[in-house]
Amino acid sequence: MITLTLNGLDVSVEEGTTLLEAARFLGFPIPTLCHRDGLSPYGACRLCVVEIGEGPKAALVSSCTYPAEEGLKVRTASSRVRRARLMVLELLLASCPQSKTIQDLASAHGVRQQRFRQEQEDCILCGLCVRMCEEQMMAKAIGFRGRGQTRSIGTPFDIKSDVCRQCGGCMYICPACQLRCTYTEPEKAICGACANLAPPCIAQDPFDDMMCYMDPCVACEIARDD
Amino acid sequence: MTQAAAEPDLRGAPPGDEVDPEQIRRIVEKHREDRGGSIAVLQDIQTLHGYLPEDALRMVAEETGRSLVDIYGAATFYRSLTLQPRGRHLIRACLGTACHVRGAPRVVEEFERQLGVKAGETTSDKEFTLETVNCLGACALGPIVVADGHYFCNVRKFGVADILEKARRGVDETRPEDDETVFPLEVNCPRCNHSLMDRGAPVDGRPSIRVTVDFRNVLSPVNLSSLYGSFHSAGGAEIPQGAVCEFFCPHCHGRLGGPSRCTECGAPMIPMVVRGGGMVQVCARRGCFGHRLDLDGVNA
Ligand code: FES
Ligand code: FES
Repeated sequence: MITLTLNGLDVSVEEGTTLLEAARFLGFPIPTLCHRDGLSPYGACRLCVVEIGEGPKAALVSSCTYPAEEGLKVRTASSRVRRARLMVLELLLASCPQSKTIQDLASAHGVRQQRFRQEQEDCILCGLCVRMCEEQMMAKAIGFRGRGQTRSIGTPFDIKSDVCRQCGGCMYICPACQLRCTYTEPEKAICGACANLAPPCIAQDPFDDMMCYMDPCVACEIARDD
Repeated sequence: MTQAAAEPDLRGAPPGDEVDPEQIRRIVEKHREDRGGSIAVLQDIQTLHGYLPEDALRMVAEETGRSLVDIYGAATFYRSLTLQPRGRHLIRACLGTACHVRGAPRVVEEFERQLGVKAGETTSDKEFTLETVNCLGACALGPIVVADGHYFCNVRKFGVADILEKARRGVDETRPEDDETVFPLEVNCPRCNHSLMDRGAPVDGRPSIRVTVDFRNVLSPVNLSSLYGSFHSAGGAEIPQGAVCEFFCPHCHGRLGGPSRCTECGAPMIPMVVRGGGMVQVCARRGCFGHRLDLDGVNA
């Protein structure tokens, strides 16, 4: 067991617990975007920043990836943390204003405007879909490509992947886009169910273990009935 | 050269677009032991083909049991790996901070205008590939442009045409030789057109031809005499007489090899581009004296 101080409260947690888990256990709210239970921590969005240490050595770290340390002093809502969080939200808004998730987070934190050049990205590279595809769907159909400014998420060579089962998990979990389903470009399409009401998954053989996330699509249920 | 065109018989898989599964398998096998070896595998494939063909990546994924996503991710992440075939001449213009403030963007624009391609693209005649890089470590001399491995400094917009012209001709000027008793050649790599001349390690008292020789998967630098008719060399002492080696360019790491065979012993001939026009071919067998020189049609 490891004992650390969270907002002045002493708390003991198992070794390997992250600061985020410890804080949530105690009921301190920390907003997150790229963290999901069941997926490995990734630390992409920096929304979950907390302040650790004291005095000049105090530092901001992402709580979803930082493991608890013996005697660590953590503040989850200091003014420095709040400022950083608002800045992160503003930047997220600047890159992806149409995302419902980001809008909700921003309004919950009282962000009413953003001061940066407005962009209209449909991906914030949080990596949720990549981890979903790999860790929950065991597919590894999509991944990161390129780096820096040209980093993007997608299938290799931008064509439909052989290992994609069209489960829709990537779209289900995406906080930024409802746009990744590109049925107008059939070659890149993930599913196309919505466009033609005939999901390709029914035609596939291992139909029973499809593990599907297509929310309104119940084509498989219908197929199972007949 | 004429002979090269007439002989369709290719040794192993030719570097180029055709991907030979056997060769990919061998490369993967070679790196089976090293941890996280996929980068090394990709580098070797790039050496073989000059770029990473899609089929090759799929084969690597299959052979290594890794997912294609990971392989593709690594292949697109590193600057030195490319999924597009490159042209004969590689122009790399620095757009690092220092070069940027010294006017590199205008230089790059001028390259793009004269070549008619955007940075990162290859001209349609496959002559030039234009790339931008972020800092080449010579900031004080910026803007820096590297053409086929030759650095040009303080490049201005009006110097661009000159650089392209030099790259077309071969970047180091041939020095006219007045001594008639020697017959020196200056050669370039037929793949990247980079000069193979090594002035730091003379053989026969002249700048030598530097190549990388692969003998049983051991790479060693070898310096060949640049005097046509002399068979002196330095380096590669462990290679036994009579052994046939693979030759690689030390700059682009491309395999030097062509379709012709040695008329003396039947081993493959290693072609090199002679500056001023023409090809010289030497036998890949150590100790064999087979060689031929084709000076733009004239067979010497
Ligand atoms: S939730 Fe921790 S960095 Fe995104
Ligand atoms: S910025 Fe161009 S060489 Fe450093």
